[in-house]
Amino acid sequence: MANISIDTIKKIYPGGVEVIPGLSLDIAAGELCVLVGPSGCGKSTLLRMVAGLEEVTEGEIRIGGRRVNDLEPAARDISMVFQNYALYPHMSVFDNMAYGLRNRRMPKPEIRTRVDAAAGALGLEGFLDRKPRQLSGGQRQRVAMGRAIVREPAAFLFDEPLSNLDAKLRVKTRVEIRALQQRLGTTSIYVTHDQLEAMTLADKLVVMHAGRIEQVGPPLGVYERPATAFVAGFIGSPPMNFLPGEAHTTGVRLDNGVDIALPGLTGGRVDLGVRPEDLHVDPAGPVELSVRVVERLGATANVHGRLAGTDAEIIASLSGTDLPAPGDTLRLTAGAGKWHVFDAAQGIRLL
Amino acid sequence: MRTKKVTFRHRWLPYLLVAPQIAITIVFFIWPASQALYQSVLRQDAFGLRTEFVGLQNFARLFADPLYIKSFFTTIAFSAMVAGLSMLVALILAVMADRVIRRATVYRTLLIWPYAVAPAVAGVLWWFLFNPTIGIAAYALDQLGYDWNHYSSGSDAMALIVIAAAWRQVSYNFLFFLAGLQAIPRSLTEAAAIDGAGPFKRFWSIQMPLLSPTVFFLIVVNVVYAFFETFGIVHATTSGGPGNATNILVYKVWRDAFEGLNLGSSAAQSVVLMVIVIALTAIQFRYIERRVEY
Repeated sequence: MANISIDTIKKIYPGGVEVIPGLSLDIAAGELCVLVGPSGCGKSTLLRMVAGLEEVTEGEIRIGGRRVNDLEPAARDISMVFQNYALYPHMSVFDNMAYGLRNRRMPKPEIRTRVDAAAGALGLEGFLDRKPRQLSGGQRQRVAMGRAIVREPAAFLFDEPLSNLDAKLRVKTRVEIRALQQRLGTTSIYVTHDQLEAMTLADKLVVMHAGRIEQVGPPLGVYERPATAFVAGFIGSPPMNFLPGEAHTTGVRLDNGVDIALPGLTGGRVDLGVRPEDLHVDPAGPVELSVRVVERLGATANVHGRLAGTDAEIIASLSGTDLPAPGDTLRLTAGAGKWHVFDAAQGIRLL
Repeated sequence: MRTKKVTFRHRWLPYLLVAPQIAITIVFFIWPASQALYQSVLRQDAFGLRTEFVGLQNFARLFADPLYIKSFFTTIAFSAMVAGLSMLVALILAVMADRVIRRATVYRTLLIWPYAVAPAVAGVLWWFLFNPTIGIAAYALDQLGYDWNHYSSGSDAMALIVIAAAWRQVSYNFLFFLAGLQAIPRSLTEAAAIDGAGPFKRFWSIQMPLLSPTVFFLIVVNVVYAFFETFGIVHATTSGGPGNATNILVYKVWRDAFEGLNLGSSAAQSVVLMVIVIALTAIQFRYIERRVEY
């Protein structure tokens, strides 16, 4: 158990490409911190710098108060689960898990005990003599997890560990990872591009974009009060709707001339955000939607269409059986406090 | 797997298309090979006036001849050294090239050049370098206190042909090793680094076992090369001497036929070599299909 602190680090590749232009983050001991963002946002680079697989150009990384910038990966007391699992194909499951312990010259009986314990926890008892290629994708993923936990390190680093699994197994393994991490109480950094995975796993959610942190906070806090238009659009599925308009002291006038009363604004171009699941049918509602497609998901349905008189795309998640048909016009509204106002140019939250 | 079937309108066209290949195989392989087989059971007198059928006598004499047995062992030692040296050097170069990121193609291209040099030319090149009177390498060795002379020392002569033969093969092996190394996912060595393995441990316990199919393939290829394609090198440098120290099988075949004029024995030696190459090729095909288990 150790805290991880990342202090204004920079990553500039030899060609002069600046991937991370100065970033700070503190992760408390025992916390599961999820880095989420679109591909190329620098989240994997950040993780690899913590692991010691990438050089830190500037700044400082400390694990348990100890500066690790110049330490070899092995000396940092971390273990990592890779996206492709990186199992050693010529070694048995047992040897895969024992490799790190043998390299640290742990006595044989203790290696045996630890590997058996990890295999028991992960349901791999019957597979210790098999080679990785004789295992299914889910089993390989668990071997990779096992290799990480036998070492009992100060921190776990996960680099998109579930992205090679099918959807059903992904949900199941996600729950297992959460349970395992809580039981062991090991500080963890988890990188993913899947916002749903991020929401369900995180103690602390870090949304990254273009090498910068857009927002840090508990998952629900980020969901309910996204700090920027980027976070608002990235977290939540289907994504938040953005309706362009002009702010006034009394509220927002949408581009089709409809006013939505929201006190506390000053002026300027804004994007009015509202989540699909916060919209509901109201014959007197301000949002007029011309329905284009209806996706039925079972419990709910996603109604896609345009804000009448504009080009703005809107999705509304509606429940019930009385669903509109393509070509219909719907009137929608959202409850107070469900509207998010972002500056149109900067994307910063105004209200 | 479905095979693509091409239909030709003319019946003779497919035959015409394969004819050049068939002709080359017949003229340069089937005909000489059958001639060798035929000659290996005949014996001629010294003036080539009488030829008689002797059955397997040529072979029996061959394996009773201490010079032939010595040549066999010389060849085995030679090919082991050529394969070992060229693969070791190629592996070291490949491991270093694997880490190079900038200008990697330039480096690779330069390393491939020696493969384009004909064996005889390679032989001459090294012969000049190691010539006891004018060679710069011999001069350097002399400065270090070693009196290099491949005209009088059998082991010096052997070293010379091993170096000349291996030098050319380094390029070829390098290409395969580099491709093999680059096929190993980087995350494996990264995982090993996190697992506390230093660079050497990573190489021996992760990269080397995963390279084993490549190593096996190259051993076969290099042994075949050392057995059969090094005639030019020996001929251009040592001519099998001094005192048969570098008289490898393929050179002895030529020498017995065209200098010793013993066609029957030479043909029998060719047949032995043919059997060896067929065996090596069979091993290679068998394992290339299945890959080496790791």
